[in-house]
Amino acid sequence: MTLFSPRLAARLDALVEKYPLRRSALVPMLLYAQDEIGYISDAVVAEVAQRIGITELDVRNVATYYSMLRFKPAGKYNVQVCTNISCMLRGGYEIYERFKEELGIGHKGVTPDGLFSLEEVECIGVCCWAPAIQVNYDFHDELKPDLVPGIIDGYRGKAVAEAPHA
Amino acid sequence: MADVTFIVDGKKLTAPAGTLLIDACRKAGIEIPAFCYYPGLSLQAACRMCVVRQEKVGKLQTACTTTVAEGQVFITESAEIAQARKATIELLLGNHPLDCPVCDAGGECELQDMTFKYGAGESLYTEAKQHREEQQWSPAVYYDRPRCILCYRCTRMCGEGMDVWALGVQNRGVRSVIAPNGGGQAGQSNSELDCEQCGMCIDVCPVGALTSGSYRYKTRPWEMNHVSTVCTHCADGCKVTLGVRQVNDGSEIVRADNRDKSGINGDFLCAKGRFGFDFVDSPERLTKPLVRNEAGDLEPATWEHALRVAATKLKEVRENKGGAAIGVIGSNQTTNEENYLLQKFARTVLNTNNIDHERTADYAAFASALAGHPGKAASLREAATAPAILLIGGNPTEEHPLLAWNLRTNVRLNRARLYIANSGEIKLERQATAVQHLSDDGYPALGAYLDLSNSAFSKAVLAEASLLVIFGQEYRGAQVASLVEWGLKRASVRFAYLGDYANSRGAADMGLLPNLLPGYVPVAEPGAFDAEYVGLSATAGKTQPEMFDAAAKGELGALLVMGANPVAKLGIDLIALNNTFVIVQDIFLTETAALADVVLPAASLYEKTGTVTNTYGDVQLTRKAADRAGVKPDFEILVRLAEAMDADVKRLVPFGKACTTADLGQSRGANSGEADRHSVWLAANSLEWKMSPFDPLAVLDEIERLVPGYALDRTNLFGGNDVATEPGFVPVSALAGPDLVVPAHDGLFTSGTLGRYSPALKALAQYQAAEVVETAVE
Repeated sequence: MTLFSPRLAARLDALVEKYPLRRSALVPMLLYAQDEIGYISDAVVAEVAQRIGITELDVRNVATYYSMLRFKPAGKYNVQVCTNISCMLRGGYEIYERFKEELGIGHKGVTPDGLFSLEEVECIGVCCWAPAIQVNYDFHDELKPDLVPGIIDGYRGKAVAEAPHA
Repeated sequence: MADVTFIVDGKKLTAPAGTLLIDACRKAGIEIPAFCYYPGLSLQAACRMCVVRQEKVGKLQTACTTTVAEGQVFITESAEIAQARKATIELLLGNHPLDCPVCDAGGECELQDMTFKYGAGESLYTEAKQHREEQQWSPAVYYDRPRCILCYRCTRMCGEGMDVWALGVQNRGVRSVIAPNGGGQAGQSNSELDCEQCGMCIDVCPVGALTSGSYRYKTRPWEMNHVSTVCTHCADGCKVTLGVRQVNDGSEIVRADNRDKSGINGDFLCAKGRFGFDFVDSPERLTKPLVRNEAGDLEPATWEHALRVAATKLKEVRENKGGAAIGVIGSNQTTNEENYLLQKFARTVLNTNNIDHERTADYAAFASALAGHPGKAASLREAATAPAILLIGGNPTEEHPLLAWNLRTNVRLNRARLYIANSGEIKLERQATAVQHLSDDGYPALGAYLDLSNSAFSKAVLAEASLLVIFGQEYRGAQVASLVEWGLKRASVRFAYLGDYANSRGAADMGLLPNLLPGYVPVAEPGAFDAEYVGLSATAGKTQPEMFDAAAKGELGALLVMGANPVAKLGIDLIALNNTFVIVQDIFLTETAALADVVLPAASLYEKTGTVTNTYGDVQLTRKAADRAGVKPDFEILVRLAEAMDADVKRLVPFGKACTTADLGQSRGANSGEADRHSVWLAANSLEWKMSPFDPLAVLDEIERLVPGYALDRTNLFGGNDVATEPGFVPVSALAGPDLVVPAHDGLFTSGTLGRYSPALKALAQYQAAEVVETAVE
């Protein structure tokens, strides 16, 4: 029994065999598991530990070190706003404030409908097009606060389009 | 490796190349401070306290990871280094609560000492300290998160040292905490500890972050006296330092550890040694003699009355029915001197060879197999140094925790080769070079299998130039003989045999056997004992089951039981003893004591002086640590009983021989301090101890004189070290009796009848049982 889709399960099967030490696969496994499940649940910890052959404590020791691994569900679209130096100089905080206002949530918050979550993050590597945000794996750069509602609406629409028809 | 010469603080030092600088310095008396460095564990270099200046190297180097090489020059103390260490301490104190006045470690805290030394009393930090609530991880282990300095000693001790791996470090940076392995909730740190509950993590913690359920907030370290003695539980015989404190009715034990790393076990102790001392304070403790009244109830009596009743009856049975109608049962937890005295009392005062004890291993067979082969018995220490070990049967992790620790350490640090042959799966297989699983009845044929099978396991074992053979209670009688015979074909071999209780080996060695005198000398050929033991019978007496058979038939007039519970252990029918006068010396009102006519409250092993012999034949000195008003050591009880029977006490205990006969009461002080002062006084006046009939050391003299194999190295024994006995000197005619061995198989949290009176051990057993169920459900 696995928590994961057949495709991910097959990917993890290959990953643990890829390195001289099985536990070297731990961090990528956790990341892929989070992408699919949404967060590192207790069940994810247990299955990853069992796949590698280490204790759950070992998995937690590593997982809790990384701020990009989360232990609670995030929104369907996780908005990460950079406020490091380049973005900050070009208005990163204004973008962040606008998201807070529009979504009605703060750092690490999740909207009641579970659609959005918000995080203030360190550099996401887009300094030359600052200020920038990352929503799941998509980037939005050279932002102005007024562009924020449009971005949010875009994802709302996407969610509706992807939703199963009632 | 070859020695190299290097210079530290202008002093020329020499050490083997590759030695860690911190070790080389400490050996030369140069103290380098360190929190994370712990000898025997892997290197962490986390605390940065051990930084030193190395010539021609740009930055300060950590002495715990620097290996010495020819011609290096180091400076370990300078203004620059002091500043670096001070800065480190300032960072460590950044979130440290500085609650030293109420902290368990206050007064014996390494962080406190270092802060004192480097004077980091001021801090430039203005931020509020991060506070987090304390957690209870198990009945034994508490974790105060803000006090933790993240030295990783506990995680390494648990993982590498204990092979349990129950502790880890979670989160990052200033949020890092030590986390246990159980009770994890999504998004939160774990909060329960599912492990062997040995408490080693608490022991190695340099600060007061990990505290023990039994000691926390009970006392200040400087309020305790410390007495070094021997653990009363399993047969490994760890040295344990008991922290004792005065109370109204004597002196209580508040802590057990072995932080001075002295003795056979270094700093190791298991849950039983560390937490299982609380039986001494049990409310169920007997503190008054009990005598059965006419209504048939046990009622409190004075010592004089109880002894008189017991002595009169013993005398009456001896006179009317003869010594054969008296039975004597000894203990696995009393001292060698008490056991020796018990059998001497039985044989010379009660005139009977009906003496036995609960046998947990066939030591008689072991001694007779080794008789005439000196130098073949292994000390427990050898398990930590032997290059190759063959472990047959047994389950050291559960039943011999120190042996398991030694074997793991030996494999880890010395790359020893551990070969395991067992009918079950045992945890030590994780350290084994090779494992051979046997069928349940496959043990007797193991020698032949190794010689003939040509399997990879056999070949590997036979290829070893020297072998330490450790075998369990699966072997009895002729099987012991044939295994030893198999081993003796090899040029370099040593043996160890695993029994169950603190002094099981001593009980057998001291002749608590119906057919064998101390040192396994047959009663039929008493040799040197003949001249000293007046009235010694040459016929073997009754074994324990035979005594109860005789009692059931009404042929046993009296039964004296010292520190044993045969009624529960053998499942004796309660009416079997109806026609027998039963005298019991014990700490508690056990099933056996409840049937007795006279019950005499005895001191525990933690409350008396003497020696005990562990299952490997290593003899160690026990010292009186605790004290309880009303109880007496079994030794004194026996002497008083003999005196009440009008026996010649001086023949029984050779006290006051050479010099003054004054009783100076040297073994009665509640504190070691008193005894120590007394021994200093004795030495200054060129006097010997043993001036009182209650001084067990007088009997130790006789043991050394008469018991084969017990020529002890007294300098070491009294210095607190373990000294080896030599079963090779046992007379070759020694015979083993019938197989009456019943292994107790006490695990990590059980300890025979005694363990039932330890709330700490009961709590741990319950807690771990619940953890196992929880894990199974998950």
